[in-house]
Amino acid sequence: MIAALFFYLFSAVLIASAFLVITSRNPVHSVLFLILAFFNAAGLFLLLGAEFLAMLLVVVYVGAVAVLFLFVVMMLDVDFAEFKQGFMRYLPVGGAIGAIVLLELVLVVGGWRVDAASLANVASPAPPAMSNTLALGRVLYTQYAYLFIAAGMVLLTAMIGAIILTLHHKVGIKRQDVAAQNARTPKDAVELRKKSFRQGV
Amino acid sequence: MILSLSHFLIVAAMLFTIGVAGIILNRKNIIVVLMSVELILLSVNINLVSFSSFFGDLTGQVFSLFILTVAAAEAAIGLAILVAYYRNRGSIAVEDINLMKG
Repeated sequence: MIAALFFYLFSAVLIASAFLVITSRNPVHSVLFLILAFFNAAGLFLLLGAEFLAMLLVVVYVGAVAVLFLFVVMMLDVDFAEFKQGFMRYLPVGGAIGAIVLLELVLVVGGWRVDAASLANVASPAPPAMSNTLALGRVLYTQYAYLFIAAGMVLLTAMIGAIILTLHHKVGIKRQDVAAQNARTPKDAVELRKKSFRQGV
Repeated sequence: MILSLSHFLIVAAMLFTIGVAGIILNRKNIIVVLMSVELILLSVNINLVSFSSFFGDLTGQVFSLFILTVAAAEAAIGLAILVAYYRNRGSIAVEDINLMKG
């Protein structure tokens, strides 16, 4: 009963904040509503018993992705009001496509049954009396170890790509060159000269 | 009142629909388009986790983890492209992005 109450609370706030993400006028408000949507999705994951993914959603999405969005929105000096011009023009086609997609998805969910026999051969059954994080780790680091490494490679590629895309060298700035500094010897840095007494250099 | 799988699937379907409609409605504002893509990926994650939870199969949660990885990489690269484009052109209007058009 209390789970159902929390389910309806989380899903109502999730749907409402997702709606406000796409309709709000200011992109900063959009990002803040996106953060609220992620928090409520994490609540839904907790209801489903996936504690590890719920915490991961908060850490990765709210802590990294949404803050990155916020950073970019605030860094770019763009007049966002002019982007709202086409909103009313696209409203009929967008609403129609949305209604059709929702109708189809509800029809699929409504007319769909699970064959009980197919539940007997799941790929990696959740072991009883084990916390979700422990069970997930036991599956992830054994059965899916190569995919886990591949996911790390994806993140590495994304990191290098983002750095290369955004890093740019300004011309006309004196930069420190450590190799050139270390290669300097007293022979080419210090010059001794004989000067006669009481005369300027 | 017991929660069934269909409850979660319908919430995910509504979230997916909002994401698709957001891409169409905000097609001039590429930042909101990227946020709509994040909403769609979130709805897919809800689907995978609810199937995984109701059927007692951990594979769905592992797959959801990989989707999370790809979504984070996609957001980082997309925003980096956006910043690089803004630095070159001084605007992020989508209708001006037609340099590659033949």
